[in-house]
Amino acid sequence: MPYTYHTDDERKAMLSALGAESEDELIDVIPEKFHLRALLPIEKGRTEPETLRAMSVLARQNRPAAHLVSFLGGGIYDHTVPSVVKNLSSRPEFATAYTPYQPEASQGTLQVIFEFQTHIARLTRLAVANASMYDGATALAEACLMACKITRRDIVLVPHALNPRYLRVVKSYVSGQKIEIRSLPAAPRGDIDASVLKGELSDRVAAVVVQTPNYFGVLERPWDYEAAVHAAGALLVASVDPVSLSLLRPPGEWGADIAVGECQPLGNDMAFGGPLVGFMACRQDFIRQMPGRIVSATRDVDGRDAFVLTLQTREQHIRREKATSNICTNQGLLATRATIYMSLLGEHGFVELGRVCHERARKLAEMIGACGGYSLQYAGPFFREFVVTCPVDASAIMEMARAEGVLAGIPLARYFGSAYRNQLLMAVTEKHQDEDFEKLCATLKRAALVKVG
Amino acid sequence: MQGYDFSQTVYGKSRPGRRGYRISSRPADAPRDIPDEYLRSGAIGLPEVSEPQVMRHYIDLSTKNHHVDKDLFPLGSCTMKYNPKVNEDVAGMVGFGGLHPEQNDADAQGALRVMRGLEKILATVSGMDAVSVQPAAGAQGEMLGLLLARAYFADRGEKRHKVLVPDSAHGTNPATATVTGFDTLQFRSGKDGRVDLDVLKSVLDDDVAVLMLTVPNTLGLFETNIADIVEMVHKKGGLCYMDGANMNALMGQARPGDFGFDMMHYNLHKTFSTPHGGGGPGSGPVAVKSILEPFLPTPRVVEKDGTFHLEYNRPKSVGALHSFFGNFGIYLRAYTYIMRLGSDGIRRASSTAILNANYLAKRVSGKYPIPYGDRCMHEFVATGEPLKQYGVKTLDVAKRLLDFGFYAPTVYFPLTVPEALMVEPTETESKETLDRFADALLRIADEAEKTPEVLTSAPTRTPVRRLDETTANRNPVVTVPLE
Repeated sequence: MPYTYHTDDERKAMLSALGAESEDELIDVIPEKFHLRALLPIEKGRTEPETLRAMSVLARQNRPAAHLVSFLGGGIYDHTVPSVVKNLSSRPEFATAYTPYQPEASQGTLQVIFEFQTHIARLTRLAVANASMYDGATALAEACLMACKITRRDIVLVPHALNPRYLRVVKSYVSGQKIEIRSLPAAPRGDIDASVLKGELSDRVAAVVVQTPNYFGVLERPWDYEAAVHAAGALLVASVDPVSLSLLRPPGEWGADIAVGECQPLGNDMAFGGPLVGFMACRQDFIRQMPGRIVSATRDVDGRDAFVLTLQTREQHIRREKATSNICTNQGLLATRATIYMSLLGEHGFVELGRVCHERARKLAEMIGACGGYSLQYAGPFFREFVVTCPVDASAIMEMARAEGVLAGIPLARYFGSAYRNQLLMAVTEKHQDEDFEKLCATLKRAALVKVG
Repeated sequence: MQGYDFSQTVYGKSRPGRRGYRISSRPADAPRDIPDEYLRSGAIGLPEVSEPQVMRHYIDLSTKNHHVDKDLFPLGSCTMKYNPKVNEDVAGMVGFGGLHPEQNDADAQGALRVMRGLEKILATVSGMDAVSVQPAAGAQGEMLGLLLARAYFADRGEKRHKVLVPDSAHGTNPATATVTGFDTLQFRSGKDGRVDLDVLKSVLDDDVAVLMLTVPNTLGLFETNIADIVEMVHKKGGLCYMDGANMNALMGQARPGDFGFDMMHYNLHKTFSTPHGGGGPGSGPVAVKSILEPFLPTPRVVEKDGTFHLEYNRPKSVGALHSFFGNFGIYLRAYTYIMRLGSDGIRRASSTAILNANYLAKRVSGKYPIPYGDRCMHEFVATGEPLKQYGVKTLDVAKRLLDFGFYAPTVYFPLTVPEALMVEPTETESKETLDRFADALLRIADEAEKTPEVLTSAPTRTPVRRLDETTANRNPVVTVPLE
């Protein structure tokens, strides 16, 4: 039997130490009518080679983006994962450890979290960060709950161009509480309309969510309304792509009180969208309202520097129904990967990553503009993702391209309705080569000539 | 506290101009088309280290962790069983890891087949009708459960406000009730550590939406009156939720659906062997009876004529709790594990887990009494109370265990046992390991009597010794400060 080791003699010895005849006797406490007499109708066990064969067959039934030319983004990006990140994160010392309840035997995990917090605080330029969240969407939802608790208000304003999958999660998360989520219409430029936003501010508004780059890839201008938001007593909650912070003004510098985001792009696989890893950073004075685990530096009895979980009185295992959140774990191993990724790239590598992504995206945007019939939907600046207006239905183009092994992008109609039917969201990373762009453009040109529908 | 130099962190090893990784062989220019007002003006402040330095730094850190591949990790309620390596090989297949979640269903048939297949298996193991694998962790599974209850009652035009939990419940239960807008009502466990039917009766009324119960409970005891408990709640119109943290005791032996539960969550990182990762990622699928199926989060995986689709159009759904479909990489590992074990292995795993826990309990209970019950399921809760006469606390026992190369059990939980030591050895430990651990615990009891200072000053063989948590709480330093 896989993964259990007792010989028959050992089993007998253990049972006899217990004064039991058989293992069945040990489950006598379960009322007899509930005992399963037969084995469950699940297939019989397989050997490791048989299992690998069966799973390989399933893996081959997928056509992964990683094997195609893909411009899919929308929050999940196909970046290079350095060998060092893969190698280190597969170490059982990281993978098969658990929550550092005994810090003396968990300094590895604790220090990695501390370094993660530092990386995130520096990227966002906020004072404190936690040990990570389930994903970017739940991090945003928790930030909204946190803002409502801090301000004791009950409305959260969210932009039209918020990642629609984040919006779904935010709505589900707040659904048990008396909190209202209000969507703001977008300006023609694709970003938040500052005057509309200012008109919506009131003494009930707990937070204004700014996602930048937003789902359309457009960079927001929070400095146009930051003062108004704060003057109205609301908090500014930033949802940011950490890779973009290599180049862009960090949220802490434009007045964000809480910043959240998704760390999948930092050394983690796309993995069909999970597991992911969210981050949360905030102002120093909000640390006791922050959900999730937090690690602090401290010293041991001999005066050695060390690390320890801190402020656990916020957490569910101590505070129970009064906890800041019900979250119990973080996304340890993925946060470890993100930490190692940022350490390895370092200051220069990370800036270079941002520059290359942007330069490549810029180049693709120019090439698409020359494809005939295609144009960028929004004139404002972008980082590495943008919306292309197609001459025909974007879903049809996407399908045509898919047949040729090109994943052209996300048709916006999927989330934003038929008014967006010609719009395609495309993402670029440092992995894209000129030949990928040429292949996409050849497909786009052909598609423009085909009458669709 | 002042004066950390942080020289041991990756920041302390940074030297200006050092490079770790090159993205491109061509130099990349600063963006010219993004106006300055959008751009970062100074440095980020990330460290500058070389690739070999990064390797050595994190290898060094890794050696400071205890982990289950090294030795026993008897953390009660966490099911720290062996994490099979073949699971990692499967999760590492590009056909799975390289899938983008926005890909067309037709390009992800293998992945969708795994999702659907796992849902079916989890329904079978639990005796439930439908499963959502979306929750990213057990606590999120609980959250989904209570959101389902909220939607269910709203659909029936009922308003119920209370969630009942016994005093032995995991902290996540009441915390989840609050997050989902319910009031928690905690009730006292009976003298035998189980739910007392009279106490339950006294707190049950028409305002109770859900009873949340861990089975076996956090004392490692089966709720022998489970059928009556469930019936009492159902008679008042409430729903019963099972916290499935301890499914490792039940799988293949008995099914929560048969007990009458309406819903439950699994912890795949516990019961189904996926690595705990130093604290995540987990996965907390929720299994429900058919009355709750219409409310499950979307998308749902549906099979039609042998092909699989993601379906979003479910008007009664509670929405979504994750950006995409949950922790796919984790349920892939769980699926692989189940494939290895099969129906026979699943049953053998739980019966061995129960055997191991009982054997270990028997070996140590002379020195560490077990206040509730003489037979446990997959874990037991002992007390360090007798050692108090020597000035030794359970915390000291835990710290001393680290010196013997073990991790410590869960301590001071559940709250119903003073000086609690909650021990869960799991089925993947050999008799030798169990004996070694029992010997260590007995020797520690002996030390408590003869040389208590050895315990109160433990650990001494770990990378650091006991830490000042008070100062950290008062004045937390959570980042390397910017110069």
